[in-house]
Amino acid sequence: MRLITHNMLSCNIKGVTNGFPLRIEAGNVIEKEVEFNPDFLRHMFAKLEWKALVEGARSMGYAELPEDSPDAAVLESDEAFLKKLHHALLELHLEEGALVCPETGRKFPVNKGIPNMLLHEDEV
Amino acid sequence: MKLKQLEGLLGDLEQFSNPKVELEQYPTGPHIASRMLFTAENSYGDITDKVVADFGCGCGTLSAAAALLDAASVIGFDIDPQSLETATLNAEELEVEIDFVQCDITKLELKGQIVNTVVMNPPFGTRKKGADMEFLSAAMKVASDAVYSLHKTSTREHIKRAALRDFNAKSAEVLCELRYDLPKLYKFHKRKEVDIAVDLWRFEPRQN
Repeated sequence: MRLITHNMLSCNIKGVTNGFPLRIEAGNVIEKEVEFNPDFLRHMFAKLEWKALVEGARSMGYAELPEDSPDAAVLESDEAFLKKLHHALLELHLEEGALVCPETGRKFPVNKGIPNMLLHEDEV
Repeated sequence: MKLKQLEGLLGDLEQFSNPKVELEQYPTGPHIASRMLFTAENSYGDITDKVVADFGCGCGTLSAAAALLDAASVIGFDIDPQSLETATLNAEELEVEIDFVQCDITKLELKGQIVNTVVMNPPFGTRKKGADMEFLSAAMKVASDAVYSLHKTSTREHIKRAALRDFNAKSAEVLCELRYDLPKLYKFHKRKEVDIAVDLWRFEPRQN
């Protein structure tokens, strides 16, 4: 699971109102290089939940992203920043670990890179 | 990538080893899958450099097609762990990156507007009544730009009405009608092969 996916996942247990973002418990993280696509990142930037991305990256061992979401102007000129964003969003893979609901503490296990978001009968 | 090449690569993928009838697990053949994604990209620009989600991805055929057509990011969702294992192997074989999520798509709420396009070959609703509509409803909530989906031609009017009236569709268009070849997969299938008329739909959600 990469952080671009994590950025859209939340806890859907019945009654939970603050299920996002899921906290990451990283067991095993691997890095896989993919092609750098700055235009894609520029388009994507405004749609990202920045805090969730920064915290998620930190949990996976990558602390290079700025705490505060930078100005859009930075995207045009600062390639170094774009490379960091690229790395965090698309090149870090959580292989083993868990995603934890911030409200209930419920753990959604991640095995072989796949988070299991299935709810138990009493959670639906 | 040429259509024939895409079709060839998809034809080499592993499919369901023990298909589960209650989930309506049927492989999406390379012929349909390649044409579906090729059209989505060449006619509408909905795949390359976009974030694509595959609902009910099964063994990942549509996800693989999206990745091969250079989607910026592909995420496959399915309820069945065995299919997801096969899908993972398929992605590795093709050397493409696809994230997979195990979930019940009808109970999953995805946050934000990250997904541009949803592609899917959802259950037709022959085992769990209304499954096709549930998948469509879920897809329309998630996609910012477009949803591509296969539904039985016999449900055409029903789908169009529901999409426009209930699922926030700005437009609902049948791009083409296809014959879906279903090989004899289950014991109760009497004929060796059966041919179902399906519509390839493109839905555009209204902006939120």
